[in-house]
Amino acid sequence: MSSKKIFGGSAIVLDRADINTDEIIPAKYLTEVTKEALTPYILEDLKLEGFDAKGEKLKNASVVVTRTNFGCGSSREHAPWVFEVNGVHTVIAESYARIFRQNMFNCGMLAIELPKGDIDQIIALDADGVIDIDIDVDTQKITAKANGKTLDFSFEVSPFDKALVAAGGWVEFADARY
Amino acid sequence: MGKTIAEKIFAAHLRDEPFEGTRVLNLDRVLCHEITTPVAIADLVWRGKDRVFDRNKIKAVIDHVTPSKDSKTALQAKILRDWARRHEIPDFFDIGHNGVCHALFPEKGYIRPGFTVIMGDSHTCTHGAFGAFAAGVGTTDLEVGILKGVCAFREPATIRININGSLPQGVVAKDVILHVIGQLGVNGATDRILEFRGPVVDAMSMEARMTLCNMAIEAGGTCGVCMPDMTTVDYLWPFIEGEFGTKEAALADYSKWVSDADASYDRVLDFDVSNLAPQVTFDFKPDCVKPVADMAGTRIDQVYIGTCTNGRIEDLREAAAVLKGKKVADTVRGIVSPATPKIFKDALKEGIIEIFMDAGFCVTNPTCGACLGMSNGVLAEGEACASTSNRNFNGRMGKGGMVHLMSPATAAACAITGVITDARTL
Repeated sequence: MSSKKIFGGSAIVLDRADINTDEIIPAKYLTEVTKEALTPYILEDLKLEGFDAKGEKLKNASVVVTRTNFGCGSSREHAPWVFEVNGVHTVIAESYARIFRQNMFNCGMLAIELPKGDIDQIIALDADGVIDIDIDVDTQKITAKANGKTLDFSFEVSPFDKALVAAGGWVEFADARY
Repeated sequence: MGKTIAEKIFAAHLRDEPFEGTRVLNLDRVLCHEITTPVAIADLVWRGKDRVFDRNKIKAVIDHVTPSKDSKTALQAKILRDWARRHEIPDFFDIGHNGVCHALFPEKGYIRPGFTVIMGDSHTCTHGAFGAFAAGVGTTDLEVGILKGVCAFREPATIRININGSLPQGVVAKDVILHVIGQLGVNGATDRILEFRGPVVDAMSMEARMTLCNMAIEAGGTCGVCMPDMTTVDYLWPFIEGEFGTKEAALADYSKWVSDADASYDRVLDFDVSNLAPQVTFDFKPDCVKPVADMAGTRIDQVYIGTCTNGRIEDLREAAAVLKGKKVADTVRGIVSPATPKIFKDALKEGIIEIFMDAGFCVTNPTCGACLGMSNGVLAEGEACASTSNRNFNGRMGKGGMVHLMSPATAAACAITGVITDARTL
């Protein structure tokens, strides 16, 4: 259900906890049977002041930076898919709901956890304009740049999750092994 | 050191440990519905791997939108139907036989103590009521489950929830689980198994235990789980009589899964429910919970009784007891959706459907329907629904709508008065 991905790029900040998968992709669009058909509906029901689901910032984004318990609620993998088809292959959050997090890695994408202090610093960059994020999965380093400022962070990713990303996803990993 | 039920099930199903902390488990059940399975099927076909690991361990149902409402949902149903026929999956449920997956599959006796179960549906945690490890997963996990019969999980960590005291009259499992989620928070049990214990759980029916476990995911839990006991054996008896001969033999066998007294828990939380009042949600998160009395008088436009949380016969009985001889308020649309054909038939025989219809309810066929705003019973902007379902997210039942989660009895009371009402005051 995947192929190897490019990570990092321009980031959009969603500064709210508990963003659920109904907000990421409403259930009425689950009648689609291809990922591509989901493209226009990304984050359509997100309740967040100042957020524009049709805006340039989201359109240009390759990375989502957000708070705790991201992707809670429904197990729908349509949530990672709607990010994937919109070119968002990386989410950086304080924490995730289990199923969403696993779905991201199962699709060969990244769901990175950073402590609150690190997320606060990245979000503070947002006031200065566009944030550009570099990610090195092998060394587990993130560099966030905005208006000449550069911040470096380290992240943990489990050996299993790393193997899923390297394989291109869980189907590839499982098919080769079981 | 003793083991929890989850640790015992993991140990008995361990297929592989590719990395420290990652457990790949053999699966006893892979459950499928028409919303999350078609993309997995399409991907397997595209990969040239259109196979199933064991057609007897896969169960499939069309339940989310049935009968199909448009060409797209008709195609989803057709993809699942064609696949089930192509692979000769014996337990496939279509129109006339279908119902809400988490009510239908237990009712058919498919879930047993000690089983591992996955489904592309977050409320799969419901099946833990039978002493199983049952987890909701995404489509990729489902796809690998269908093809290989395995799924990967982290090492299980369990939060033990002791429900102590005794439930007051008119207070039920739904009130208990809403209260627990209110205390835990929507991520209070992330990556944890919620083990429901204590005298109140011991006294609960399987239906009530399913309601408890159904909402484990609303606190972020991987699975809810109850200990298998004689109540479990009684429920499953028609399906297991041939295997065990006597109920005592079945109980003795199932007891091997019960958590050891010296098992170790991530946390142990005690709740005394002796003074618990009926509960209801406000706002857009299932941990925003208050006593019904604190929300009394809040306007309601629709009442929805059904779903995998509260669409079982016991739930319909509780609602009908409140509705009997009463009428739905002029300002309210009442919708009841028995969760399976068997529940529908039993409700007919018991006169429950007549009570609902006399009160002015619309009775729909078994389906997930309004719960996730996919078909019948969608709200208009600015409307509020008193619902026995499990999620009150923004837009869940229709864009701009508000959902208040509550028990069947509370929902029935709301239907009569048109405002949020404690059924005990009627």
